[in-house]
Amino acid sequence: MTTTAIPAEAQRTAGPAPKRRPKREREGAAWVFLSPWVLGAVVLTLLPMAVSLYLSFTDYNLFDPPRWVGLRNYTQMFTEDPRYWRSVVTTVTYVVIAVPLQLALALVVALALKSMKHGKAFYRSAFYAPSLLGASMSIALVWRAVFNDGGTVDNLLGTGGWVNKPGWALLAVALLTVWQFGAPMVIFLAGLQQIPAELYEAAAVDGAGKWRQFLSVTVPMLSPVLFFNLVLQTIQAFQVFTPAFAISAGKGGPADSTLVYTMYLYDRGFVASHMGYASAMAWVLLLVIGIVTAVLFRTSRSWVFYASEGDR
Amino acid sequence: MTATAVTRKPVRWGRIALHLGCLAALLVMLYPLAWLLATSLKPADEVIASLDLLPGHLEWSNYETAFEGVNDVSIWRLLSNSLIIAGGAVLGNVISCSLAAYAFARLRFRFRGPLFAFMIATIMLPHHAVLIPQYIIFNQLGLVNTYWPLILPKFLATEAFFVFLIVQFMRGLPRELEEAARIDGCGPFRSFFQVVLPLTRPALITTAIFTFIWTWNDFFTQLIYLFDPDKFTLTLALRSFVDASSTSAFGPMFAMSVIALLPIVLFFLAFQRFLVEGMASSGLKG
Repeated sequence: MTTTAIPAEAQRTAGPAPKRRPKREREGAAWVFLSPWVLGAVVLTLLPMAVSLYLSFTDYNLFDPPRWVGLRNYTQMFTEDPRYWRSVVTTVTYVVIAVPLQLALALVVALALKSMKHGKAFYRSAFYAPSLLGASMSIALVWRAVFNDGGTVDNLLGTGGWVNKPGWALLAVALLTVWQFGAPMVIFLAGLQQIPAELYEAAAVDGAGKWRQFLSVTVPMLSPVLFFNLVLQTIQAFQVFTPAFAISAGKGGPADSTLVYTMYLYDRGFVASHMGYASAMAWVLLLVIGIVTAVLFRTSRSWVFYASEGDR
Repeated sequence: MTATAVTRKPVRWGRIALHLGCLAALLVMLYPLAWLLATSLKPADEVIASLDLLPGHLEWSNYETAFEGVNDVSIWRLLSNSLIIAGGAVLGNVISCSLAAYAFARLRFRFRGPLFAFMIATIMLPHHAVLIPQYIIFNQLGLVNTYWPLILPKFLATEAFFVFLIVQFMRGLPRELEEAARIDGCGPFRSFFQVVLPLTRPALITTAIFTFIWTWNDFFTQLIYLFDPDKFTLTLALRSFVDASSTSAFGPMFAMSVIALLPIVLFFLAFQRFLVEGMASSGLKG
């Protein structure tokens, strides 16, 4: 590489290392590395988001060109479509049941495993396994059978199969999510292990009992991890699809009681070919998830404690 | 001396109680898996009538029926379809995400901060916001009912979670090796391929395994894009069992469920350390 070719500007910004390549060339290299991601971000994320916003104001069935209808999809959704509201209530109910239960179980198990001397790694892996298996169609089918009439739950509790009872079917779906508590549990456990032991020792010296130590040391130190899990699981829960689909055999029944938001979106867009309406639903979902995330972040200032001693 | 002996004893009992509690929880948690395995070997008349978990005798013919496949498509076809899609996704994610991650972790370029923030934001973006236009694009290209819509996006680093995972890993690598390579005249490309990439192997393995399992389990995207029974994956084939709710198909259906779950179980047993640690680190460094 010859130095004569380097423009004065590039040479000046090249910094102290004499053999460092000119900045412009390195910047060019960065864009080569980034190019697949940039292409994906533009063609498969930004452009589709813009297109689906446009389609949400149209009537579109994939075959005829989109027809502009203004806000009609939105007004129809909010004022004339009881199934839409049904799906909203179902989804919110599911989120409110599944996420706190799952996180509470994850936290309790993580706390139990934290101070364990023998077998911790074994339990950690074993409790984590359902998180990988639970998203599969196989397990969803097991769930449907176990919670069906004559299934294990019916036989144990004598309640009849939950799958066919409007009030209970959604609970079966939620329990499948709770069953997968291993992923947040692993994250909790890693967070617990990062809390310095000195903090507990100092608290003990100050006369704090176990419970006081939990409230004054564990909870604040763990709050960032708890917050991370809460945001992540909430966002995922709003998009639940496969378990509700499989447990209701693709119908969202009984009486639409497991017709979660994404299932109704699928039904409108890909079964009934109302792509405009489905796009409007997708944008409302996007906005709601955005708002919920923003609210979680806003409230987090009062309860999440960041002990950033210059590590950032 | 006596005081410590007295205080020690309840602690030990606590330990035992803790282990018993964990084992009990484990039994409850593993019940669905035991149920699946047992039902896949039950004769048709026992599936509903018998309350025993264990089958009266092992009905291996369920597996024979499962191997015949669904809708006249053999299980080998379904299996290889699943493998093609999952394999393509793994290749795509490992290549594209590690490229993007290297740029974010090590290189300077304009708008790096905002672009990184945007990349993080797309982790939280619900898939449904882009789903319909993506479908329209692939429909226009005539690629619906092919594997391309399932594989191609992975080559464009659309799964930002993995970009983030690899960025975090690369940031933890010592810079000295790259500095040395640069002084020896290595450009960013050689430095990436010969210095950074080999060191990033654990993060790449984690990416590969998670991608494999998630793609293998994926149902929604496959449901939308594939409708030829010939192109069905194991997941989609299982779905067609859902509609046929007659109990005589129960045994074969769950035999096929076991077959569909087997690769994930094997991956989990082989790579559990990578999986658990990959999951643990995702929540901490953010």
